[in-house]
Order: sequence, then structure tokens, then C-alpha cells
Amino acid sequence: MPSTIIEWFSDNGLLFGLALLDGLAYAALVFMVAVGLNLVFGVLRIVNVAHGSLFAIGAYTAASIGIFFASLGLPMWAGYVALVLSALLVGAVLGPLIEKLLLRRIYGHEDVLQLLVTFALFMILEDVQKLIWGVQPIMQDAPMKFLGTVDIPFGDDFIPFTAYQLFVLPGVAVATLAALAWFLRRTLTGRVIVAVTTDKEAATAMGIDAAKIMLLTFSFGAGLAALGGALASPTTSLVPGVGASTIVLSFAVVATAGLGQIEGAALTSLMIGLGRSIAVYFAPEFEVVVPYIIMVAVLLVRPQGLFGVLETRRV
Amino acid sequence: MTEAVTRRAAMLGAAATSGALLFAGGNARAQAKPTELRVGITTFLSGPASVFGVPARQAAELLFEEINKAGGIGGIPVRAFFVDEAPGTDHLVGEYRRLVQNEGCQIILASISSGSCLACTPLSDEMKKTTLLWDCGTQRIFEEGPHPWAFRTQGYGTPEVLAPLLYLLKHKPDFRTLAVINQDYAWGRDSWELWKAGMDAMKPGVRVVAEMFPRFGATDYSTEVTRLLAARPDVILSTSWGGDLTTLIRQSTERRLFERSLFVMPIAEASLPTLGRTMPAGHIIGARGDHWNNHPAPKDPARLKRLVDSYRAKYNEYPIYPVHHMAQAISAMQAAYAKALAAKGAGGWPNDLELANAFRGLTFDTPTSSITLREDGQGLEDQIVGLSSFNDKYPFAVPKDMILFPAAMVSAPVGQKSTDWLKTLKPDFVAQVPAPMAG
Repeated sequence: MPSTIIEWFSDNGLLFGLALLDGLAYAALVFMVAVGLNLVFGVLRIVNVAHGSLFAIGAYTAASIGIFFASLGLPMWAGYVALVLSALLVGAVLGPLIEKLLLRRIYGHEDVLQLLVTFALFMILEDVQKLIWGVQPIMQDAPMKFLGTVDIPFGDDFIPFTAYQLFVLPGVAVATLAALAWFLRRTLTGRVIVAVTTDKEAATAMGIDAAKIMLLTFSFGAGLAALGGALASPTTSLVPGVGASTIVLSFAVVATAGLGQIEGAALTSLMIGLGRSIAVYFAPEFEVVVPYIIMVAVLLVRPQGLFGVLETRRV
Repeated sequence: MTEAVTRRAAMLGAAATSGALLFAGGNARAQAKPTELRVGITTFLSGPASVFGVPARQAAELLFEEINKAGGIGGIPVRAFFVDEAPGTDHLVGEYRRLVQNEGCQIILASISSGSCLACTPLSDEMKKTTLLWDCGTQRIFEEGPHPWAFRTQGYGTPEVLAPLLYLLKHKPDFRTLAVINQDYAWGRDSWELWKAGMDAMKPGVRVVAEMFPRFGATDYSTEVTRLLAARPDVILSTSWGGDLTTLIRQSTERRLFERSLFVMPIAEASLPTLGRTMPAGHIIGARGDHWNNHPAPKDPARLKRLVDSYRAKYNEYPIYPVHHMAQAISAMQAAYAKALAAKGAGGWPNDLELANAFRGLTFDTPTSSITLREDGQGLEDQIVGLSSFNDKYPFAVPKDMILFPAAMVSAPVGQKSTDWLKTLKPDFVAQVPAPMAG
């Protein structure tokens, strides 16, 4: 058996290496969306179906700003400014608007009602996207083109990868994970968020303005979703439905990670990214189902998710 | 029960249904002239396929406006009732019934999705309502049984796959390896089955180095691109469309995959305006028909120019193939009504049976050619395939070295299943491929 595995690796080791590189970039994109969803659920206890719309709007906004910058004749690196601007705009404008007008009214209500309201919001935002950006694919790839490609040796051959895929996507994901961990554990605001997540009633009794924390957290989560969309926008074509396809995978990540678990989201995204890439190379028929196979496998062993904590429930 | 429908059985079926319609039509009660001609149109108004569905709706709105300005059809104004296909076939079936029973639509134009068409055609039989399949491509519709009330006013999957395959065999006959990357749904799988059947028959021994079917609506193809770069196939086939295809092309271009392999993209036309100069030159592209903007010898150049110009003026974009397919369905509808009204004489109005009879065997003009609806209801639309190239007239790729494939040459004969027919093709079939068009 070991000799078979060694033989397999000697035959496919190079391909396996390529799959790891691809998987890292994909995992980074998945993480950027899922982490915002996970954070929002952890604090607000709302399963936000409209998170996918925030991803899509972030992507469309980044592309529009990037196209505008290009029309002004700005250099290609300005595309990166467009990515950050988009996340800030969605987080600062759309996030508070949604939280104050809609979500605040359904905190603590039945899960079904929350799902229905956020799903309705998702449908409305899908139509808003079509009204603003139309239905034809929109593309803006200046950030990707700016950095060019890197040739990775592959036996006697080489495989070109975009530097954006190899360095920017994983780099931003790692930086986001580290910044979030630091923010939640080392800053006062972060600790207050953790306190509200752990026990909202106790936190409120101690004088914490839970409503303000929830507004802040949702806006932050919206910004993260938009940043995920913005980061994806240089590599993909934006069409109606892009949000829907994203949200389904994000839910799988959140369920596998454990609700509200940032590090869990990172590890799950990595497992899904690598699993999917390896499937594309060695068992392409399973590519689509790999994330869900991983989810089912984890939940069978740990129903609370990888990093989830078992909670007692009053009966 | 997988035995093929025999040619004779199908001919008999088609003749029987035509005869039944003719007989029934001859005995039908007189139909009162309506105050408006209500047309139900199913198309994608949301979701990823709205990249096709919305331009088609726009085309219908534009053309109905023109028809009404010119006095309508038979003096009756035309009114469209649109239904979104995106919620799925269960929803669509209910909407089809609503269009017929509640809205009183006299004719239905359905649909983009093959699944939608497969759901609507049995309904057309049941409700005895003429249904024009205006865009869907599945070969199964007329190969698995007769549908006397349904007519497809454009080509279908078999010619749309076979024509690019023949072009490839003519253009690069020495290819030895091939990879496929199609969307993971019915069209992606069916088109690969058709291609494989034809390729194995006409060029046996080609090694398929990768078969990939990424999720429909995938936003990232970087892993698939890496695998294709590593596999170095001579040819890469992709029948993908919409955002999926533009993403695949962009990521492949950025990573120089187009420099290593020859791409064949039978549905590229609809994505070319979006891609602009990003689309690499020298790759095989198709349009699900012959309606290219730079068609070198359209049947009615003025009409083609009028359609393109008026669409661009109103919607600020070039028409893509769903626009042409919608225009074809509307042209067919006009021609059939004209035929039926002429048969009725002054003041008459065709009932459902008389209208359906008018479609059978109908030949109608398009801006680029003429299409005949053969006895099984399938339209015969020519295919033009070429190599992507750039010129000063268009800000996006258009084909050069175009070959026009006559519809009858690349369509499975009546009564034969496409995959069975494709398997009978011989390598010397390629010798029948016409020379590239002049211009």
C-alpha cells in the first residue's frame, strides 16, 4: 500500500503541487465571503441570505469604479484603490441601511421569518443589480493585469499563473484572518463584540450598547462580503446570479466551520479549496460535490462544526 | 426501450399528425377576429441566462412595436406577455397554462432552456396551442416523438456542434489530442456527446486528455485552466456561454492558454461584444446559426442592417444570437399568419388548427437566409463558422474565413436520432465541406 502511494505521488506529484497552488487561491476567495457571513451570524444570530448580494454588489461596484478610473486614464494600480473603495462604500452605506431598516426589526424572531426576510432582500437586491448594471457580463481586470504572470516550473515545461492569484488573493485572506483575530481579541471594541456574541443579555446588563455593536458588526460583515466580491471581480465576469452561486458555498463553509468561528472558516475554506482543486485534477466528476462531501463528513463527526461549541438547550 | 425511432415511423407520424391537423382544421368552427393578437413569450428575465433572455425580450418589444406601427398582423395589433423561465419548469408549466387559459394567448414562443422546451412541448400537444421553440437546442424534442403543435424556428444542437467540428477537421486535420470544458448541465453534456459521436466517426483515434464539467455559473476557472495548461491538448472544445465563457476566456487569455491550444467555441458569438479585444484571434467560433453581423452575403442586407441599427439605437448594444432567434420566430409567425389569413379569405381569422397547419412546411425569410420548417417541425437553419479576427469596423472579434454549412448537410435526417446518425458519418464526409465564403 505505501509503495502504491509513493508510486502515485511520483507519477502525479507535480500535478498535485499545481492543485495545491490553485486550491490556495480558491480557498482565499471562499474565505473572504464566508468569514463575513460567519461573523454576522455569530453576533446577530441571523442567517443572512442577502450576504451573496453584498458580495455581488461589492464586485459590481469595484468593476464600475475600476472602469471609471480607467476612463480617466489612471494607471492600472488604481484598480486596487477601486477594490478597497468598493468594500468601504458597501460596508459604510449599504450595511447600516440594511441593518437599521430591516434586520433590526427581526432580531430574536423565528429563524423562518429571518430567512424569508433576508431572502426577500436578496431577491430585491438581485433586481437592483440588473437595473443598475444590466444583464450582460461586466469585466474589469486591471488589478490582475497590473501584476502580470509568474511561470511555475512543471517538469520540462512551465505553467503561467497570475501573480494576483498566487500572491494577492492568499495574502489578503491571511491578512484579513490575522487582523480579525487581533481585532476581536486585542481591542476593546473587538472584545465587546465577543461579549455580545457570547451572551447578549449579560453584555447589555453590563452597559454595552448591543444595538450599536450589532450595527457595527453587520456593516463590517457587509464590507467583508463586498471586499470578497471586489477581490473576485478582476478574475471573473459579473453576471446576474453571481451572488446566488456564492452564498450557497458560503453556507457550507459556515456550517462546517461552526457558527461564528473565524479560524474555523479559514480552515474549512482551505479544506474546500484544496479538495475542489484536487478533484478537478484527479476526479473531475466530484468537483461540484466536494465542498458538500467535506461538510457532511465533518458534521457527521462534529455536529457543531469544526470549531463550534456545544450549547445546552432549554427544553 | 432505447431503440431509435425509424425514419419510416417518423415520416408516418409526421404525415399522420399533419393529416389530422389538416382534417381537423378543415372542419373547424369559424374563429372570430380578436381585438389583439396575444403572444406568450417565455425567456430568462433573471439569473445567469438573462444574458440571452433580456436581449431576446428587447428584440420582441422592438419588433412588435414596428409591427404595430405598420398596422399589426392582419390588421390586429400584437401584444406580448412575457414569462420568466428562471424559476424552473414546474413554474413554467403553470405559467404556460395561465398564458393560454387566462390571458388568451393565441400562440406561445418558448423557450431558451432545453428543459423548458421539453416541458412546454407536451403542453402544446395537450392544449392544442401552436408553440414556436424560438431558441432551445436539444435534439430530443423532435427525435423522441411527434409534437404536431410545436415548431422550432431555428437550428438545434446537432448542426450547431457538427458544423464547428467539420470546420476543425478542415482547418486543423492533424490534431491528435483534445480536451473538453463544458458547463455541468444538459447542454454541456449533450453537446459533448454529439461532438464525441461525430469526432469518433470522422476522426477515430483522437485522445481525449481531459473531460471537465465545472458547475454551471462557476465564477472561477483557474484550476481548470492550470490543468489544461499542463495537459497541453491540441484542441480545447467549450460549448459554454454567458458569464461562464467570458470568465473562461479571460482567465485562459491571461495565462496564455490560447497560445498553447486551438479553442473551438460553438456559442462564442454572444460573448464577443462583451469580450472586446480580450478575445484572442485565430480560434474557431460559431453563432448557433448564420446571423453574423459581418455575414459576407446576407440574403437581405438592408433588412439585416435595419435590425442591427434599430437594436443598437434603442439598446446601445449589438444584437447577439438570441435577438436573431427571436426575430426569426416573429418572422415565422408573421409568415404563418399571412398564409393562414390568405387561405381564410377576406375577414376571416385562423383558429388554432388552421394556424398550426400554416406552420407545417412553412418557408420564411430571415435577414441572412430562408428557413424551412420540415415535416417534423424542425427548422433548417444554415450555420456559419469561422476564425476569430479583428477589423476596423467592429470593436470586438468577428469571424474570418467563414464557411457556410447548409442546414440539410449538418442536420440529422427526419426520423433518425442525432447520435446514431453522427456515428454513421465517415471520414470522407469532410470532403463535402464547402470552401470558405468570399468577402
